[in-house]
Amino acid sequence: MTAITDMPDLPRAARRPQIGNPVLRWLRTNLFSSIPNGILTVVLLAVLGKGVFSFVQWGIANAVWLTPANDSSACKAMRGLGACWAIIPEKYRFILFGTYPFDEQWRPALSVVLFIALFFLSTRRALWRRELAFLWIGALALISVLMWGGVFGLSFVSQDRWGGLPVTLILATFGLAFGFPLGILVALGRRSKLPAIRSLSVLYVELIRGVPLVSLLFMASVMFPLFMPAGFNIDKLLRAQIAIILFAGAYLAEVIRGGLQAVPRGQYEAADALGLSYWRKHRLVVLPQAIRHVIPPLVNTFIAFFKDTSLVLIIGIFDLLTTAKTAIIDPAWQQFSVEVYIFVAAIYFVFCFAMSRYSRSLEATGGR
Amino acid sequence: MTSDDPRPPPRRSFFGALGPNELKGVFWQVLVVGVAVAVVAFLWSNTVTNLSARRITTGFAFLGREAGMPIADSLLTYNPRDSYLWAFVVGVANTLRVAVIGIVLATILGTLIGISRLSANWLLSRLAAVYVEVLRDIPLLLQLLFWYVLMQALPAARAAWRPVEGVFLSNRGLILPAIPIGPPQLRVLGAALLGCAAFFVIQRWLLAQQMRDGKPRPAWPFALGLIVVLPAAVSLLLGVSWKIEWPELRGFNFVGGLTLAPEYFALLIALVTYTSAFIAEIVRSGIQSVPRGQWDAASALGLRRSFMLRQIILPQALRVIVPPMTSQYLNLTKNSSLAVAIGYQDVVSIANTTLNQTGQAIEAIALIMAVFLTISLGISFFMNWYNARIALAER
Repeated sequence: MTAITDMPDLPRAARRPQIGNPVLRWLRTNLFSSIPNGILTVVLLAVLGKGVFSFVQWGIANAVWLTPANDSSACKAMRGLGACWAIIPEKYRFILFGTYPFDEQWRPALSVVLFIALFFLSTRRALWRRELAFLWIGALALISVLMWGGVFGLSFVSQDRWGGLPVTLILATFGLAFGFPLGILVALGRRSKLPAIRSLSVLYVELIRGVPLVSLLFMASVMFPLFMPAGFNIDKLLRAQIAIILFAGAYLAEVIRGGLQAVPRGQYEAADALGLSYWRKHRLVVLPQAIRHVIPPLVNTFIAFFKDTSLVLIIGIFDLLTTAKTAIIDPAWQQFSVEVYIFVAAIYFVFCFAMSRYSRSLEATGGR
Repeated sequence: MTSDDPRPPPRRSFFGALGPNELKGVFWQVLVVGVAVAVVAFLWSNTVTNLSARRITTGFAFLGREAGMPIADSLLTYNPRDSYLWAFVVGVANTLRVAVIGIVLATILGTLIGISRLSANWLLSRLAAVYVEVLRDIPLLLQLLFWYVLMQALPAARAAWRPVEGVFLSNRGLILPAIPIGPPQLRVLGAALLGCAAFFVIQRWLLAQQMRDGKPRPAWPFALGLIVVLPAAVSLLLGVSWKIEWPELRGFNFVGGLTLAPEYFALLIALVTYTSAFIAEIVRSGIQSVPRGQWDAASALGLRRSFMLRQIILPQALRVIVPPMTSQYLNLTKNSSLAVAIGYQDVVSIANTTLNQTGQAIEAIALIMAVFLTISLGISFFMNWYNARIALAER
């Protein structure tokens, strides 16, 4: 209760005399402003100190950093006392690239670099022009060439050997690249004056959002073959990708609909007065404003969606999380799964945290 | 596509009042619906052909057959001889058991963390911020696997941790002392529930009376009578025993008490901690949305802090909090389906096993969807009702 009643923006903080050593003053206002607060600080410091101490002891002081190849005896000796980071240098190629042919792993590595460069360029406001779309198409095509090969002297690598981080990035990026236009169409459909189109859009969004992604993925993996003509079968990765696109489309549609609602009526009327057609009106006048309104929630949807691609583990696709889980099936290293999960969590965290920081900065500048 | 077309209305023709814009609209609708129908018909005919080729009969008749799958952990009694239908019901109960308890715990934890983020104590607010950032930016499935691995790494039953007397934590899960609930205890609980309902009605009536003449009428005698004395009397009359059952280690396993299986416990921890990070942000923004003047005015009136928080700040904050909270509750419920990854048998996991055993893919997935749509609608319905109750009454 003290926590909330002592909010920093209440007058009591301002009344404190601004004299004395600045460090002491900071400590006084921020950590020891009252007796309960002081007690709280001490307790927290004790808990935090103990937590940090045991983590340092486990994760750094007693940790095993390197072992000879395929030999986990040093780790086993320290089991329970220290972390076995040696599993990371041992397994990182498998975790990052799965069963992609070992000698060709520079190709998925280069794809990852391309993806990151693409994301980075897309955050630059100065580059938000039509050329960016061409850049995306070009980069995605280049990544496909790198991953598949079979041309320009690159050996062909079939989809079932792809794995790890590139698969996570592919699922997320292609999901987004196709889900976004789909979302725009559905959002427009939901606001359309035509009853049939509106009800179809509502049905689609509510059905997809009403069920867990897991069941959509099951559907993609089990039911898709039933839906298709006999003899026609598409790759498991592509099936999951379609499920993810449909899923992303429904969620993005709702965010975009929010943006469309925020565009003042006068803008629509002005566009009508200019005699613009429905599509030109939306492309030139309405959508640019609508999307600008919802950039922060869009980025948040991207983050949620990036994390959710990890669910493909359930239908056995080798994304980053699945390769991590597979890496620790190896009996020699089985007991050290916590270390692997921390490593993979750090990778996910870096991507998501970067996105959330970016969203924060956009919010601060008002999306301008 | 605008309805306010400035041009004069066209002459009544074959299409009646349909203008060119309306005609275009009809055209587009016919096109889109036609494409949708064609796609569905195409998929449908393929499915029918494929199913007959695989000799799978459609329909829900399989639900009556013997399921034969083991379900390790469930609230309802189940044995593998029971029907698929009953297995589904057990799965739904397991889903609800995680979802309901998860929602309650995540709300409590999230609110505490959200309030901590606003604390004047720098250390506390920083720690809360780190908690939120870290948990939000790591996939839930990864966190779930992490907790599950930790649960499995706990000591064996014989060397179980005993943080408090009667509580055991081992790789068999969390074992707590419990009061066994049977039909006699349920009767007493039913009486208590009835008492609560009656008290609710009486309290409203008292309040209505007070509104009329301004005389305060104390409600506590009714509370005491209906909620405490009534169930106690029922309990004494029926001679119901409320003996706590203490778990103990016998041989290699525990006997008595309440066991939370490792799968359930890991799922609950993962869902609660993950969702609480999102709820914390919602609570924080809700409290921050209350204008500072409200705090100032309340303290100028000399109100006690707990009263100020309860009567002035929270009611206003709740208006901002409730709608996004609803979607977090829905998310938690849907995310409970990740149980399938660690082998907790929720409805999705059981449907998946059914699907593999019987090949009734369409029916199994339709059941999953029906269950989740029903739960989602239930939660939205309740939250919308609650939202309407607390919404600002504007003239």
